[in-house]
Amino acid sequence: MEVFVVSLLNGLVYGMLLFMLASGLTLIFSMMGVLNFAHASAYMVGAYFAYTLSLYVGFWVALIVAPILCGLLGAAIEMWGLRRVHKNGHIAELLFTFGLALIIEKVVQMTWGLIAVPYRIPSGLDFPLFDLWGTQFPAYRAFMLLISALMFLSIWLGLTRTRIGLVIQAALTHPDMAGALGHNVPRVFTMVFAAGTALAGLAGVIGGNYRVTEPGMAFSMGPIVFVVVVFGGLGSLTGCFIASILMGLIQTFAVVLDYSLADLLEVFGFVVTKATPGSEFLMVTLPRIAALLPFILLVLILVLRPRGLLGTRDT
Amino acid sequence: MSTQTSSAAAMSAPSFLRRHGLWFFMLALMLVLPWVFYDHEKGRHSGFAITLLSEMALMSIFALSYNMLMGQAGLLSFGHAVLFGVGAYFVAHTLNFIRASGLPIPVELMPLVGGIGGLVCGVLTGYVATKQRATAFAMITMGIGELLTAAALMFMTFFGGEGGITTDRVVDTSIFGIPYTRPIQVYYLIVAWAMIAALLMFLQTQTPLGRMANASRDNYERTQFVGYDPKVIRYWQFILAGFFAGIAGGMYCLVYEIVTFDTLAAVKSANALLATYIGGAVGFFGPIMGAVLVVGMQSGVSLHTSAWLLYLGVVFIAMVIYAPGGLLGLFANHIPIARMGRLGELVVPYARILVPGLMMTLGFVLFVELTTHQTINAAQGKKFSLLGFAPDPGGTMVWLSAIVAMIGGALWVRHEGRFFMAKWNALIEDAKARGIVA
Repeated sequence: MEVFVVSLLNGLVYGMLLFMLASGLTLIFSMMGVLNFAHASAYMVGAYFAYTLSLYVGFWVALIVAPILCGLLGAAIEMWGLRRVHKNGHIAELLFTFGLALIIEKVVQMTWGLIAVPYRIPSGLDFPLFDLWGTQFPAYRAFMLLISALMFLSIWLGLTRTRIGLVIQAALTHPDMAGALGHNVPRVFTMVFAAGTALAGLAGVIGGNYRVTEPGMAFSMGPIVFVVVVFGGLGSLTGCFIASILMGLIQTFAVVLDYSLADLLEVFGFVVTKATPGSEFLMVTLPRIAALLPFILLVLILVLRPRGLLGTRDT
Repeated sequence: MSTQTSSAAAMSAPSFLRRHGLWFFMLALMLVLPWVFYDHEKGRHSGFAITLLSEMALMSIFALSYNMLMGQAGLLSFGHAVLFGVGAYFVAHTLNFIRASGLPIPVELMPLVGGIGGLVCGVLTGYVATKQRATAFAMITMGIGELLTAAALMFMTFFGGEGGITTDRVVDTSIFGIPYTRPIQVYYLIVAWAMIAALLMFLQTQTPLGRMANASRDNYERTQFVGYDPKVIRYWQFILAGFFAGIAGGMYCLVYEIVTFDTLAAVKSANALLATYIGGAVGFFGPIMGAVLVVGMQSGVSLHTSAWLLYLGVVFIAMVIYAPGGLLGLFANHIPIARMGRLGELVVPYARILVPGLMMTLGFVLFVELTTHQTINAAQGKKFSLLGFAPDPGGTMVWLSAIVAMIGGALWVRHEGRFFMAKWNALIEDAKARGIVA
C-alpha cells in the first residue's frame, strides 16, 4: 500500500511534467503537421537558463523569465527558420527541427560544459511536506504538481473561453478558412509555436532540478514526449493529458514492480531455470524493461490505431 | 524521356565508357588512394588512412541503402542503423562460429552474411514499419531503433550487452588464400563488395520496383489507382534496403572486429540521414559524396576540434534551408548554365561571395573554438590554437575580432547574395527562354 501510494504520487508528478512538454508539442504538431524534434531541446534550454538566472536573480524570477526567453527563442525559430523551409515540404521541416536539436545540444555543451550543472531545488521549497508510512514526500513535488495543474487550467480556459483561443482552434483544423475570414494565421502559428516552446521551457525550469540538468536531457526526454503525443492523438489536449498521466504512471510503476514473465509462469506451475529455452527473455524483470515500454507502446499505437487515444485524424 | 534512352542505346561503344565513366573513376580512385598514403620509409600503408577509407566505403553503402528509402521511396527513417547493426552482429557471430566449428565458410562472403542478417531484420521490422508512411513511418522506425538499442544492452547472448561481441577475422577460410591480417587486405575486400553493392543498388533503381517506389513517393494515391499497393512497394523496398545496410554492417564488423550496441543506436541512424541529405537524396551518387564528407569530418575534423558535430549540424541546417537537393543538387543546378556555355559569367559573383563567406566562416569557427576552449578544453589543460595561430583565448581582441568577422561577414554575404541571386536568376531565365530548362 505504501509503495502504491508513493508511486502513484511520483507517477502523477512525472506525468504532469510530461504533459507540460507534450501539450505544446501536440498543438504545434496538429497545427503544422510537423513533429518538432527541437521541442525537448527547449526543455533543456529552459533548465539551463533557469540555472544561470537562479545564480543571479534567484529561482522565483527565473521561473518567470526563463520560459519567456524560451518562448522568444521559439518565435525566432518559427519566423526565420521553419517558415522559410515550409515551401520545401514536411520532410524538410522535420529535418530542420532535427538539425536544430543537434545544434542546440552542442551549443549547450559549449556554453555550460559536458557534465551536469548543479541546478538545485530552491531552499524555500526544500523540505518534506508530509510523511507517508515513513516515506517523505518533498514539498517541491507538490509545487510541481501545483504549477502544472495551474498551467493545464490556464491552457484549457485560454483555448476554450477566450477569443484568441477560438481563433487558434479554428486555425488548427481549418487554416485556410480562418485566413479567409481575416485572421493572420501565420501569426497565430508563430504565437502557438512560441507558447509551446515557452511551456517546454517552463517544464525545464521545474523539471531540471527535480531530475538532472545535463546536455543529454533533451535526447532522453524527446522520444518519450513523442510517444505521449502520438498516444494521446493529434489535436486533442484531453487525449494528451490522459496519455501523459498514463505514461507517467506506467513508467513509475514498472520500476517498482520487480516481476518477470518467469514469475508469471511460475504461478501456473512452470518453473523457469537457466536451462529453459528463451530463459534470458523470460527472466527479464519489469524494471529493466521500464525504459522500453513507451517505445513498444509507440509502435503498437502507430500500427494499430494511428489516430491515438482521442485524436481526430491519423498521424 | 523515352526518345532519349533509345537514342542513347543506339550509340556505340565509346558512349558506354562516357555514360558509366563515373563508376570506373570511382573504382580506380578507391584502388589507388591507399598508395597515395603509402609510407615509403617504413614500407607499409598508413593505418589511419586505410581505416578512414574503409569507413568511407562502408558508410557510402550504408548511406546509399538509406537513400533507397529516403530518396527513392520518400520514407524518412530514424532507425536505419538497426539493419546495419544486426548485419554486423550476424557477421560477428558467424566468424566466431567458424572459429569454433572449423566450418569452411569463406571470409570473403561475410558481407553477404551481414546482408542476410539485414534482410531478416528488414523482413521483421519492415513488416511493422511499412504499414504506415510519412511521419508515422518515421516515428515507428524511431521507436524500433530505441527498442533494439535498449534490448541490445539487455540481452547478453546475441548482443553481448555493453561490451558487445568481439571477433577475429583471421579464420583462414579465404578462397584466395588471403589471411586478412593486414588492414589493406580487408580494404580491398571492402572495395570489391562496395562496388558490387553499389552497382546492385543502382540497377535496383531501374527495376519496376524501384520505379514504383518513386511513383509512390511522388503520388501515392495515384499509385493505388494504377493498381499497385503502396504498402507492398514500401515493404519490398525496406527489405532490400535492409539487405544492403546489412552488407555495410558486415563490412564494419570485418574492419573493427568488434560490434557494440552503438552500431544500432540513433547516432548511427542520424549519420546516415545527415550523409544522405548533405550529399543529396535526389541523385544516385549524392549519398556517396555525403558519406565521404561526413566520415571525413568525423575522423579528420574531430582530431582538431570537439565541436565537429556542431559544424556538421550547421552545414546540415544550411543545406535544408538553402539547398534541399544537397551537394549533388547544387552541382546539378549549374548544368543548364554550363550547357549555354555561360558558366564563366558566374565566376565574378562567386568570387565576390567567397571573400565575405570565408570571413564569416572563419569568424564563426574562431568564436566556436574560443567558446569550446573556455568551457571544455581549458579544463583538460589543452592549449588554444587555430590554423597554426595561438592567440591568447582570454584576450578581448580575439573575441571581438571573431564576433565582428562573424556578424560583419554575415551581413556582407547577405548583400553579395542579392547580387549573386540577381545574376543567377537572369541566367536561369535565359536558359528557360532557350528551352534548356523546363
